[in-house]
Amino acid sequence: LQEKEELIEEWQPEPLVPPVSKDHPALNYNIVSGPPTHKITVNGKECINFASFNFLGLLDNEKVKNAAQASLKKYGVGTCGPRGFYGTFVDVHLELEERLAKFMRTEEAIIYSYGFATIASAIPAYSKRGDIVFVDEAACFAIQKGLQASRSNIKLFKHNDMADLERLLKEQETEDQKNPRKARVTRRFIVVEGLYMNTGDVCPLPELIKLKYKYKVRIFLEESLSFGVLGEHGRGITEHFRINIDDIDLISANMENSLASIGGFCCGRSFVIDHQRLSGQGYCFSASLPPLLAAAAIEALNIMEDNPDIFQTLQGKCKRIHRALQGISGLKVVGESFSPALHLQLEESCGSRENDVKLLKRVVDYCMNSGIALTQARYLEKEEKCLPPPSIRVVITVEQTEQELDKAASLIKEAAQSVLN
Amino acid sequence: MANPSAVCNGHLHYHQKQNNLLKSGISKKNGMMKGIKKNGVSNGSLYKKPFIEHFEQAPMYVAVFTFLSFGVGSVFGYLRDFMRAWGLEKRNIATEREQQKDFVPLYQDFENFYSRNLYMRIRDNWNRPICSVPGPQFDLMERVTNDYNWTFRFTGRTIKNVINMGSYNYLGFAETDANALKTVTKELEKYGTGICSTRQEMGTLDKHVELEKLVATFLGVEDAMVFGMGFATNSMNIPALVGKGCLILSDELNHTSLVLGARLSGATIRIFKHNNTQSLESLLKDAIAYGQPRSHRAWRKIIILVEGIYSMEGSIVRLPEIVSLKKKYKAYLYLDEAHSIGAVGATGRGVVEYFGMNPDDVDVLMGTFTKSFGAAGGYIAGKKDLVDFLRTHSHSAVYATSMCPPVAEQIIRAMKCLMGLDGTTQGLQRVRQLGRNTRYFRQRLHEMGFIIYGNDDSPVVPLLLFMPGKIGAFSGHMLEKNIGVVVVGFPATPLTESRARFCVSAAHTREMLDTVLNALDEVGDFLLLKYSRYSKAAHPELYEETRFELED
Repeated sequence: LQEKEELIEEWQPEPLVPPVSKDHPALNYNIVSGPPTHKITVNGKECINFASFNFLGLLDNEKVKNAAQASLKKYGVGTCGPRGFYGTFVDVHLELEERLAKFMRTEEAIIYSYGFATIASAIPAYSKRGDIVFVDEAACFAIQKGLQASRSNIKLFKHNDMADLERLLKEQETEDQKNPRKARVTRRFIVVEGLYMNTGDVCPLPELIKLKYKYKVRIFLEESLSFGVLGEHGRGITEHFRINIDDIDLISANMENSLASIGGFCCGRSFVIDHQRLSGQGYCFSASLPPLLAAAAIEALNIMEDNPDIFQTLQGKCKRIHRALQGISGLKVVGESFSPALHLQLEESCGSRENDVKLLKRVVDYCMNSGIALTQARYLEKEEKCLPPPSIRVVITVEQTEQELDKAASLIKEAAQSVLN
Repeated sequence: MANPSAVCNGHLHYHQKQNNLLKSGISKKNGMMKGIKKNGVSNGSLYKKPFIEHFEQAPMYVAVFTFLSFGVGSVFGYLRDFMRAWGLEKRNIATEREQQKDFVPLYQDFENFYSRNLYMRIRDNWNRPICSVPGPQFDLMERVTNDYNWTFRFTGRTIKNVINMGSYNYLGFAETDANALKTVTKELEKYGTGICSTRQEMGTLDKHVELEKLVATFLGVEDAMVFGMGFATNSMNIPALVGKGCLILSDELNHTSLVLGARLSGATIRIFKHNNTQSLESLLKDAIAYGQPRSHRAWRKIIILVEGIYSMEGSIVRLPEIVSLKKKYKAYLYLDEAHSIGAVGATGRGVVEYFGMNPDDVDVLMGTFTKSFGAAGGYIAGKKDLVDFLRTHSHSAVYATSMCPPVAEQIIRAMKCLMGLDGTTQGLQRVRQLGRNTRYFRQRLHEMGFIIYGNDDSPVVPLLLFMPGKIGAFSGHMLEKNIGVVVVGFPATPLTESRARFCVSAAHTREMLDTVLNALDEVGDFLLLKYSRYSKAAHPELYEETRFELED
């Protein structure tokens, strides 16, 4: 007993948090005064916004704001309860779920009150310990957290490499033959994103569907960036590739990009989605989406349905700036030509990640001083499974005019010239 | 058994700290009420107010009948499954696609047994859609079902002015008064609803900076950081604070978000009995003495996760004892005040103020804005180093959207009202009204003879139902009397302790509470819910009106 006392006296814990140096790159935020719309005031300077994911320009749309105001008058701000305990409002939550299901042409949709929590709660609801998940290396952080929470076996395959995925699936098949009883109860999933946030390219969905039926694996598709961007009517990558949406088991997306609201949703067949109403942690144990945000999302959906030509316009602008940014010495463009979120990476790294980040920061500062608001893509270096290289994020929205696009491209060229040479 | 130190043949025990000389914990009820009610700060006492919690155990016959009911329910469940499998009964449940019939089944049959056969029978008591602001009264949409709860259909009528005993509206800020929402309307017009970016990229607005300063002032700490979702605040920040090689000591009844955050962090988790400081102390001693499980190296750090008010039990954390333990063993304390911020304390600053303690004693103060402030989101507050670290390393700052500006404005105006910065005493009045309502409600329920769990000062009031059959019956009868209640059963609570949970609000008037209490009286008699063996005669002193006033 005496020894215990001594041990207790001697033990010294680490400090609760390690000290953070004052010039840590992430500590000094860009502070935006006023709404983060097309013309944005960052740190006191007025710039054109090339950094917020406001693809369809719905952030300051009058109709959306009016719908939110009406909802505010009727319901107040918060819902004061989870969905199960009087937090379900008929003409916002139930209506939004119906509209989303109808828009995506699926049976049912379910809404979450936070974009990150959507996929991070959906994956552990289906995939448990002992199940197998094949996931792309470039999957975003929310998917990684969902997989971690699910405690399943994770198998990473190289980004967009179907051959690698097939190899893994074949390996799993041989494993199964050794133990058929276990194989009959082990669920298998493939988790991919429609448009990858970290690399700006699309997943080869038709090949994935073939693999799905050949090896009997279910597909979960994360469409945060492609919802409201790809496809003739904005229905996402399934419309882009003309695939029957029932072939995908679960589509999850967040409403924080194209729909300019907050929250997320999952849609699919009732057989799949209904399960989340009792076992999705972010759904059952958290307050429901504030009504004004849901009303804004409904109005944004209305606008999307009424103006299907904005998607073509957006794709046109993306192609334009993709072309204009080619050939900058020192920076290479990473991303598809129709992707509205591109990355600009250094062609040659200067040795350490820290120095790369500093160099890119100088490029960003140069642009900000001349009126184009850009940002670096931020990652948690120690937590990511496959850390992407440092890059500048360029976001294209429908509201940017052609002059502005050209101005941005030429400014980035200038910045790269002056900083990198 | 909710709290082991309270159990002894079902006797009601008062938990109170008299002074440090006495061994902590049980002191038998012996009619010496005067000793308990003394309010002075006696030297050496950790508690300035009497700390009274109740966890009465049900009589034995109730437990037996509860198990029997579950047994009967399960037998019928198996029978129905059998009939469905053999086509004798219609299958209402959605099924897998034809093309995917030979895939590995998505759900094990048995996993869904409970939800298919037991939950489905009384499913109409949850997810009730409402169509008005969730204030002290609301309007419900009437739903009927033609196929025993498999599908619902709206009749189109609304049930008006149902008294709301279920929403987390402790201070009554869920209101649509145009004057009160003036600033929120203005900010909505100016900012719109979305942000479309993360905190570290382009998502930090001047509103967030204003809100964070206000939260820090409100709580009396150096700095604070706000996040867009309360659940996500826990699940994304605990992994940033602790990692492998650390130890988490978490209360038995912690909320799912805390459990998820602890699991995602990768640290070792050990559970101590609910609100039981002896259990915590023995865990701390063993942890420091024996070190990590296999290597016996010393732990990098030890963090204790507790909540201010536990939402299913209504108990308040024993903060003074835990703080003294943490100081003695050099551990860190993470306090989740989701339900207690704004709801307890003389001016609504949470359990830290309720116990008269210094906010610097708690290392990480966390809370949510959903409950008392009528908005959405969460915060973490504490020393500047802590908050700076979170600004750079929190998962939410890097990957998740920030809080939307109108919601932030609602929190700002509610907090200013509470702090008195808007020039009125409305905030203080709300807090006092809540305290009065809470005490009145709890004392009347005790008098009537129901078994109520939790601390006398907590606005969360769980009323025990025990038997599964009574869950549906209670909720249905109360709805007929125009009162909306929340009932919870397994798996949110232990199998035999199903309960109805009332959330008292400052916006409830005395008449509304009386209506609810009278209805409870009738329904309690009808359903035989008055299990308590300690009703009226035991506490004649509680009839005094002055008992319902707050002691400041």
